[in-house]
Amino acid sequence: MENNKKLKENISIFTKRKQTFTLAFLGVIVLFGLASFITNFNVIEGFESIPKAVVWIATNLVPNEKSWSRLPNILSKLIETALLSVAVTVCAGICAFFFSLLGTRATRINPWIGRIVRFIAAFFRNVPDVVWAMLLLFSFGQNILTGFFALFFTTFGMLTRTFIETIDEVSSQCVEALTATGSNYIQTVFQGIVPSAMSEIVTWVLFMIETNIRSSTLIGVLTATGIGYIFDLYYKRLDYGAASLVVISIVVLVIGIELISNQIRKVIM
Amino acid sequence: MSEIIISSPAPMELDLHKYMHKDRSGKIKIAAKSKSSIAIRLTILVLFVLTVYAFISFDYKNINFAQSVAATWENVKVLFGQPRLTYNSFGGAMHALLVTFSLGVLSTIFGAILAFFGALLCAKNIANPAVSNVIKSLVAFIRAVPTILWVLIFTVAAGLGSVAAVVGLTFHSAAYLIKAYSESIEEMDQGTIEALRASGANFWQIVFQAIFPASLSYMTAWTFLRFEINFTNAIAVGAAAGAGGIGYDLYMAGSFYFDLHELGFITYVVVIAVILLEMLATKIKAKVR
Amino acid sequence: MPILEFQNVSKIYNGSTRALSEVSFSINEGEFVSIIGPSGSGKSTILRCINRLVDASQGVIRFDGHDILKANKNELRTIRTKTGMIFQHYNLVERLSVIENVLHGRLGHKSTLGGMLGIYSEEEKENAFAILAKLGLTEQAYKRCDELSGGQKQRVGIARSIMQSPRLILCDEPIASLDPSSSKVIMDHLANINDTMKITCVVNLHQVDVVMKYSKRIIGITSGHIVYDGPPEKLTKEKIYEIYQSNEGDLITDVG
Repeated sequence: MENNKKLKENISIFTKRKQTFTLAFLGVIVLFGLASFITNFNVIEGFESIPKAVVWIATNLVPNEKSWSRLPNILSKLIETALLSVAVTVCAGICAFFFSLLGTRATRINPWIGRIVRFIAAFFRNVPDVVWAMLLLFSFGQNILTGFFALFFTTFGMLTRTFIETIDEVSSQCVEALTATGSNYIQTVFQGIVPSAMSEIVTWVLFMIETNIRSSTLIGVLTATGIGYIFDLYYKRLDYGAASLVVISIVVLVIGIELISNQIRKVIM
Repeated sequence: MSEIIISSPAPMELDLHKYMHKDRSGKIKIAAKSKSSIAIRLTILVLFVLTVYAFISFDYKNINFAQSVAATWENVKVLFGQPRLTYNSFGGAMHALLVTFSLGVLSTIFGAILAFFGALLCAKNIANPAVSNVIKSLVAFIRAVPTILWVLIFTVAAGLGSVAAVVGLTFHSAAYLIKAYSESIEEMDQGTIEALRASGANFWQIVFQAIFPASLSYMTAWTFLRFEINFTNAIAVGAAAGAGGIGYDLYMAGSFYFDLHELGFITYVVVIAVILLEMLATKIKAKVR
Repeated sequence: MPILEFQNVSKIYNGSTRALSEVSFSINEGEFVSIIGPSGSGKSTILRCINRLVDASQGVIRFDGHDILKANKNELRTIRTKTGMIFQHYNLVERLSVIENVLHGRLGHKSTLGGMLGIYSEEEKENAFAILAKLGLTEQAYKRCDELSGGQKQRVGIARSIMQSPRLILCDEPIASLDPSSSKVIMDHLANINDTMKITCVVNLHQVDVVMKYSKRIIGITSGHIVYDGPPEKLTKEKIYEIYQSNEGDLITDVG
């Protein structure tokens, strides 16, 4: 009797789960159909395009002799982009660190300021960098600073949120203890929070540098600056050889940075 | 653990110096000797030097900084203070938002399907190591190419339109999700897989009876996270590659009509949409867990 | 002369939850006082009101002649340097060395800049080593705190508080996360500090047998009220059951 009841319960859970699966599956199919309809996306065309595109890439998107002469120009833009990403992330990281101190449970001055800080961080995180880029294009023109500030705002928002979470996770206990010894706010920050949270903070900064290299390519296409611009330029001139060289150089840079930051992460954690 | 409590420290004085590490000037050191703190300091130092060098090396083209900042501030006030539509109707903006949303949906669905099979070939605990390495390198390569470049490349290779945008966005989604899915498969209890293998289950039975149910909640969470990213990417790609949707409207307002009011309105639409999506994703993730 | 005095102290959290109501007691210099009571009875709140990690809502708290609730920022800092505190979860800066954590006890005495950069005098460092020697931790001085065992971490916590040269040490459940043998080591150290250095100790505990063994005076507290204040000999079983609000036989403790 007892067993029977259990069995029935099990079966009902099983069928219920099956139902949820079916429902979710149908939901995804409906969503897919609607999305295809709205965007005029043709699945068959989509699938057909991939082998065509691969063939096209393999035949056209390879560096040729002429494109190697463009290498110095490409490399100088690549270095500029890498330095831009580092500078943006470091500046945004420093600002975000001090700003996040006002937002963590352990170090905020009062809960209201904490809430305002979180709201400001969410605002900067959610306004797309594309908008900043467009806005800054009005006042800064086609300047490296346009890209700098566009990336700065989003990075600042992202890092503020992650730093608040990190600091709350690693250092609320030691903040209490240092406060109890009579240490003041600044001492507590530098003797308690900085050593506890620094490895996580560095890890996040390295991650954002990598992300910003990719983002700055996009901003570059949009604002006609940096590596994104020269890709767009070569591409529109149908100089696919040089364009491919740009892609390859970005890949090498991003993978290089990823490998370095993985090594650093292993040592510091 | 047993120790004697020493009540008078006096006789210890001399011995204590034996335990102290001193620097060249004879001062007692206090920091722990750890690789980690050296690496952190070195990393920070290098990043600072690079930042300073970056600011020195940039070509500012004699820009008047103060003037530009002041102008930016004026523009920010117009953008966020006086949003207004002129070239677009509200309905048009909503339709554009829907298009961007749909681009995000399509690339997430394709990305998830590709990534599921990719992850099976990539997860260390079930895949062939050689195949796994090949997939991992491929994923690293795809991720290293910025999304916008994939879309631009496919625009020429497959023609302008939603196909290029979806395929371009799918590339990155798939690569991202392969990494995430395979990590959640790798976290799975090895015993379950072994038990099923011992009972004679074949590969696909193991996949659908053990792996899929066990990692479903993680995979769903990652997929929604990726959907949020795809949505923002679809905006960016729409603006930079003319792939349509609300991103394209942003680009038109900013770079064609030069209308800050319009740009402001569309920005609000985008920000509200992103925040709503984030809230929805949090809810769904909580339900799945 | 009492070093610490509570007069009708109440603490109300979020306008409604009463953690302490009208608590009064006084502690003389050199005493070793244990506070016992069930979890949530207000033990930690009492300790945290003394160094104002928590602000009492009503009443008067006097420490060493100062009215704590009226102290301004600088006075509060001075008061905190005179009261060491030891925590259940040690609350060390895990990524710093043992000796750096001990030296944190000096932060309240230092200038902002000196403390911020962690610059200490040679005398302070030697003193820190002497304290570590007393606690049997010299060999661990340059280890990072996350490499230590729980008992060792708590000894670093004690060293940090002694480094403050305090008049009073507050211990919030110092052995609640430790095994019995480490617990004994920690309690012996506390008793020794109280005995030889004449530092007043107020200890929150919930192991009644430990309380009976180490303290000269016990304060029992239940839902924010003091229900017992006296020597261990007079703490009857009935009184203990009243403190813990449980029936005879429900307590896993040997009252001895």
